[in-house]
Amino acid sequence: MDSPNEKVVLQAEDVRRVLVRVAHEIVERNPAPPAPVLIGIHRRGAFLARRLRAQLEELLDAEVLLGDLDIGFYRDDLQRRPDAPIVHASHIDFDVTGRTVVIVDDVLFTGRTVRAAIEALFDYGRPARVQLAVLADRGHRELPIRPDYVGKNLPTARDEHVHVRVEELDGTDEVSIAPAAVETPA
Amino acid sequence: MNHLLSIEELDRTEIERIVAQAARFAEVSDRDIKKVPALRGRMVLNLFYEASTRTRSSFELAAKRLSADVVNFAASGSSVEKGESLKDTVLTLSAHKPDAIVLRTPWAGAAELVSRWCSAAIVNAGDGKHEHPTQALLDVYTLLKRLPGGIDGASIWIVGDMAHSRVARSNIIAFQRMGAKVTVAGPPTLIPRGIEALGCEVRYTLDELPKADVVYALRMQHERMSESFLPSLREYAVWYQINGRRLGPRQVLMHPGPVNRGVELSGEVVDSPQAVITAQVEAGVVVRMAVLYELLAGTREPGSGPAHPAHPGRPDRPDRPGQPDRPENVKQLA
Repeated sequence: MDSPNEKVVLQAEDVRRVLVRVAHEIVERNPAPPAPVLIGIHRRGAFLARRLRAQLEELLDAEVLLGDLDIGFYRDDLQRRPDAPIVHASHIDFDVTGRTVVIVDDVLFTGRTVRAAIEALFDYGRPARVQLAVLADRGHRELPIRPDYVGKNLPTARDEHVHVRVEELDGTDEVSIAPAAVETPA
Repeated sequence: MNHLLSIEELDRTEIERIVAQAARFAEVSDRDIKKVPALRGRMVLNLFYEASTRTRSSFELAAKRLSADVVNFAASGSSVEKGESLKDTVLTLSAHKPDAIVLRTPWAGAAELVSRWCSAAIVNAGDGKHEHPTQALLDVYTLLKRLPGGIDGASIWIVGDMAHSRVARSNIIAFQRMGAKVTVAGPPTLIPRGIEALGCEVRYTLDELPKADVVYALRMQHERMSESFLPSLREYAVWYQINGRRLGPRQVLMHPGPVNRGVELSGEVVDSPQAVITAQVEAGVVVRMAVLYELLAGTREPGSGPAHPAHPGRPDRPDRPGQPDRPENVKQLA
């Protein structure tokens, strides 16, 4: 997966610091109880959401509800892809109605994943408000979607690849940019 | 996968993939809104030449959970009664451009034939005495959830009327592909000669039934029996009924439904904790969702029509046991 031309833009320590800052911003924006609930988008967003929860629980000294969401069923390109994507089970074991929901994802790119996530979320209930936290915003939006919390803004070319790696899946925490020729990991 | 015509054409990896996908779909049924938009705009045609409530309704529910449109076409009360042939019916209905046709017929091999006549994905929901692949998949799914050690190495006894049962054939194949040791048992008149060719063992009594981990009772299909295979149902029950005396506390009891209480199963075992019959019905919806999703999400080359050899993409496989003999009515249909 590591290509020689890949440029690391966030190291493990940077990722940790960025998540701490995002957690503080979430608390700042949502001071009144009940605490916001976190919903991570499969797969790496779910791990980032879990870490954000630990931070938030420490800051708020209260329980923060955590869920994860697979958007496979809601993709807008289902009928254009050659194969049906693997769908993972979603886990939202609480009622989102009336709550502030923070959707957590690793990279914000076209905005299509977030659109699908919002649509999926509304099948579980009617949240009071929905906010978006991403580790990296690489631009090139195709939909009117804007993040509320950004770990790092990454100016990229359209055909470059941004790789987010998380300890739980990839053995290390880092964000890197690779030139166009490299295959995106699934 | 372009069609689901038989279990015969699936290998273990494919069976496991569909079943794993189904397990992830189960969560949709617990949501506030029990529907996801995955197959929005796709049309599923249920074409049923035989009576069926649970199979048809679970296909319908599965398609609707995935937001597909469903059209039900039952042969009774339709132009079929006026003498239209299967081919003409399929070609006529193809004009509505269904993306998938779920087909149940009393003719072995019909699903495969239909797959050559139109570009829709064909799901075999039972073709005569040949196969009923989604039943086998949902039974594998149910067993994987129920057996802590998995299906690998489990001993599964299928008891009853093998001669008229497509479920038996599909399940013998599916269970064996998943690593189980399958034994079939029943009266000699209802066990076709040569069934050992599928790789299973044959018994004519239930003396060794206590060895089984799973007991799968088949329905006595009186409606399919044109001759008398048994002195009476009562006599069948005396010899082969699964009842409280024959079923051990650690065994798992399965049945494809609908149950003839007092014939193949006694009332007490139907309601016993060993029975997973309602779990099988629940599994029916999620497994059929997984099948429809696999066939219909993603691009299909439209109009691929007759470009379909007997078994797509898998011309020969060394582990395949002897081909089941297809009854002659296939030729008549063609």
